[in-house]
Amino acid sequence: MTDIPVGLETLRFVFAGHRPTGVFAPVLVGVVGSGNLEVLLEPREGSGCELHIETSARGFGSIWEAVARDFHERHQLAGIRVSVNDMGATPAVVSLRLDQAVTELVL
Amino acid sequence: MNWNELATALFGSDHTIAQEGDFLTGTVQFDGGPLAIIGTTNHAPIGVRLALKQARAVLDTVAGHPGCPILLLIDTQGQQLRRRDELLGINRAMAHLGMCIDLARRSGHRVLGLVYDQALSGGFITSGLIADACDALPEAEIRVMRIPAMARVTKLSEATLTALSKTNPVFAPGVENYVAMGGVRRLWNGNLQEALRAALSDAPTEDTRALEGEQRGGRNLAADVVRRVLAAA
Amino acid sequence: MNRRTTISFAECTARERLALLVDANSFHEWLPPAQRVTSTHLAQLGVPSAFDDGVAIGHAQLAGRTVFIAAQEGEFMGGGVGEVHGAKLVGMLRRAITGTERPHAVLILAESGGVRLHEANAGLIAVSEVMRALLDVRSAGIRVVVLIGGSNGCFGGMGIVARCADWVVMSDTGRLAMSGPEVIEASHGVQEYDSRDRALVWRTSGGKHRWICGDCDVLVEDDVMAFREAAIAAISPDGDSSQPRPATLITLESLEQEHALLTARLALLPDHVVGDEAVALWKLYGLGNAGDVAEMNVESLLTQRPTGSQI
Repeated sequence: MTDIPVGLETLRFVFAGHRPTGVFAPVLVGVVGSGNLEVLLEPREGSGCELHIETSARGFGSIWEAVARDFHERHQLAGIRVSVNDMGATPAVVSLRLDQAVTELVL
Repeated sequence: MNWNELATALFGSDHTIAQEGDFLTGTVQFDGGPLAIIGTTNHAPIGVRLALKQARAVLDTVAGHPGCPILLLIDTQGQQLRRRDELLGINRAMAHLGMCIDLARRSGHRVLGLVYDQALSGGFITSGLIADACDALPEAEIRVMRIPAMARVTKLSEATLTALSKTNPVFAPGVENYVAMGGVRRLWNGNLQEALRAALSDAPTEDTRALEGEQRGGRNLAADVVRRVLAAA
Repeated sequence: MNRRTTISFAECTARERLALLVDANSFHEWLPPAQRVTSTHLAQLGVPSAFDDGVAIGHAQLAGRTVFIAAQEGEFMGGGVGEVHGAKLVGMLRRAITGTERPHAVLILAESGGVRLHEANAGLIAVSEVMRALLDVRSAGIRVVVLIGGSNGCFGGMGIVARCADWVVMSDTGRLAMSGPEVIEASHGVQEYDSRDRALVWRTSGGKHRWICGDCDVLVEDDVMAFREAAIAAISPDGDSSQPRPATLITLESLEQEHALLTARLALLPDHVVGDEAVALWKLYGLGNAGDVAEMNVESLLTQRPTGSQI
């Protein structure tokens, strides 16, 4: 019986942002290892805050949404794309990594 | 095809290639010129000893037979999986073999690999893959690792890997996949002597495998990534 | 003596190591993560990609000298070399020869299981392309230095590539070998190699063992600054020359020397010695207190004069 994996889950959330980030050099934190993730921050046209997630941990859409909303609540960033490659990190680690990325953002 | 059948078909039954355990060595005449033969048989596991034997034969050719082309006959199960070989630095012995072959290439010896049965991993890196070019017999197989070990390391099931080996060129061990990816130059489908003749006449001296993989459609990224790095600001 | 705080090289990510090793803020990356030059082979296996496919490449300054540098991320796919990862390394190596600026040296912070098994055939060919390109760099007279200190070690095809370099720096934490202990144990049993015996694994493949045998040129502590100092020393010419320290050219003579060394080593350890082969070998290399090596710190071990590099 074959069990070729079905692939990654892709999730996307966009929020109305408030604090403009302006132009900045992309920021990368984290590593795509087991239970870990990498986060890439880039400037984005417009005033939205977009989170784009690719994860090997399928079926946790609502948890990702909650984490994304909480992240946006904390930072309210505008004009930014947050891209994530995730390999099964816990919500706590995800939030930590997202905040870590923002800390490295020189605004 | 066993090595002796192959050698006989190529060089006649009076070829003087000798077998010493898993090691093959000899010098033959082909198209009026000498050709050094260095290789392995019995799906040889390459330990420190066998890596050094092969290296010795390469060095002897460079020292003693200027300009003599070298044909590597490849049948190996890869590096010997023994702790003692690791202790003694099998990676260094393999690097040494690779560097001997590379020196031969740079010193005016054309080096060709021929996978006539199987090739795995380290045993292939230090033979066919460091030659000017590597050809293969159509029924040969090339692998990185046997499926059970691969399953343990990747955590992909054996069933998954077996299925992928049938359908996915990146995993399939058939040499036609290696041709498509540029890792193998061509298969010897027809007359063996003609194939050897062609191989000797057009052996490249630069590493064009990524370009070939791109042209043949088996490896779509590598050549482009290299170009991009060369052009990057 | 001033004892500065050490930063564990093993615990840093590849990018952290790179940033701390080179002169401050001097790293300029080619194909940075935002360009998303990633593998196309992983998603189908349910494995996430990394924006840089697990290796950062670029140029930097090291003690004011221009170097090309690559750092492999051991936590991503075990640092395994896939099609894109390998091509980034090949591109960097080729650029050293054909680019408009010739670097003083090429540095590779190697942490890798070898071929990325998830990319199987593509990875195998990629590793050999890296090896060919590295030897081209040396042939062009540019020094290649490999630094090994990650917790995943430097194994497989990368273990071969490392020994194709001019100069290898290892920490005692680092490992350099061909096959992983688990693969050997799976193949020939736990009697052959108990992969869970850490002390045995490090006696067989760790930095101290490799240094004693001469398979690495420099042994340092697990400290980023120690690696930096070793890297600077590796690329600095003797005296005050501003010229780059040239590569050690590979010649028939140098390979005959290497051949003699490896042949002598093979003959050195009698076949009947089983069990504590490492300790037996270290004794044969002139270490009177071979049995204490495991407990020795790097500083103490470096006071010894093993004969592993001599024939």
